[in-house]
Amino acid sequence: MAQDPPIRELTREELAVRRRRSIVLALILAAFVVLFFITTMVRLGGNVAERAL
Amino acid sequence: MTHAQFETAPLPVDEVLAGNGTASDYFALLKPRVMALVVFTAFAGLLVAPEPMHPWMGFMTLLAIALGAGASGALNMWFDVDIDALMKRTAARPLPRGAIQPGEALGFGVTLAVASVLTLGLVANYLAAAILAFTIFFYVVVYTMWLKRWTAQNIVIGGAAGALPPVIASTAATGAIDLPALSLFLIIFLWTPPHFWALALLRADDYARAKVPMLPVTAGEGETRRQILFYSVLLVLSSLAPLLLGIAGWIYLIASLALGARFLERAWRTYRHRQGEPARKSAASLFAFSILYLFALFAALVVERLFALSVFPSLIG
Repeated sequence: MAQDPPIRELTREELAVRRRRSIVLALILAAFVVLFFITTMVRLGGNVAERAL
Repeated sequence: MTHAQFETAPLPVDEVLAGNGTASDYFALLKPRVMALVVFTAFAGLLVAPEPMHPWMGFMTLLAIALGAGASGALNMWFDVDIDALMKRTAARPLPRGAIQPGEALGFGVTLAVASVLTLGLVANYLAAAILAFTIFFYVVVYTMWLKRWTAQNIVIGGAAGALPPVIASTAATGAIDLPALSLFLIIFLWTPPHFWALALLRADDYARAKVPMLPVTAGEGETRRQILFYSVLLVLSSLAPLLLGIAGWIYLIASLALGARFLERAWRTYRHRQGEPARKSAASLFAFSILYLFALFAALVVERLFALSVFPSLIG
C-alpha cells in the first residue's frame, strides 16, 4: 500500500498569504464581472431603450 | 477525521498542495514588462487598423491580449523551471524560488489562456481569438518546448509570437488580416534577434550552463555580432514600411530615421568591439537601447495616428 503523502499545518504567515491571495482573486473576479457587464451594455447599445414595445 | 477534529484543528495539508505564492508572485508569472510592451504594440495595431473600433471594445481587446501574454509568460516559466534555476537572470523567478509550485503555475497559465481567447472571441471576433490562441500555442509549444532548447534560431522563429499582438488587435477591429498590421509585425519580428542576441552576448555563460543553444554558445560571439548587424540593417529598413503604406507621416519619418541611425551605430559598435570591457559595454548599450527603440518608434506611430484620428483636437476642443 502506498504511503500517505507528508502532511503539515499551515503556519500563521502562510494562512495570511493565502487570505491576501484570496482577497486579490475575489477583487479581480469582481472587476471582470463589472467589465463584462459594461461590455454587454455597450454591445446592446441603444437597442434596449429603443426596442419596439 | 471526525467532525470534532475538523473544528478544533487547522486542516492538515499536503506539502505539495501548499502553495505559498503571494499575489505579487503570481503577477511576476505574467512577465509584466513583456506584457507592457505587448499591450503597447497591440495598441499601435488598433490605431493602424483600416476600420476604427469602439473605444470600450478596443480596451477589452487590449485586456484580452494582455491576459494572453500573461498566460504565455506563466506557461513559459512553468516549462522552463529547470533552466531558469540555473541562470542568474531568472533564478529569482517565483518557480525556481519555490514560491509557486509548477502545478499552480500550469493551472494559472491555462486558465488565463482560455479566458483570454474566450474574451477576445466574445468582444471582437473569432479570427482575432484564433490568432491569439495560435500566438499562445506558438510561444509555449513551438518556442518554449521545442525551439528554445533545440536550435540557435530559437528567438528568430519564436520572435513571431512576440510580433503578432498588433496583428491580433488590428484583426479584432476589422475581422481581417491587413497590411498595416503586418508591417508592424515585420518590425517587431526583425527587432527580436538583435535585442535578444545582445542580451545573450552578456549572458552567454548563463545560457551555456543551462545548455540553451543561444547563438553565442553555438556559433560564437563573432558570428553573433555579425548577425546582430545584419538583422539591425533589416530592422531599420523595415521600419520604413509604415511610411510606404501611408499609415505614418512626418513625425514617424523623423523618429524612424533618428532612432534607426542610433540603432545602427550601436549595432556597428557591437560588431567592432570584440574584446574585454568595450565588447561588454557595446552589447549592454545595444540591449538597453533596443527596448527604448521599439517603444519610441511605436510611440511616434501612436501619436501620429491619434492626431490623424483627430482624438487630440476633440480632447482639446
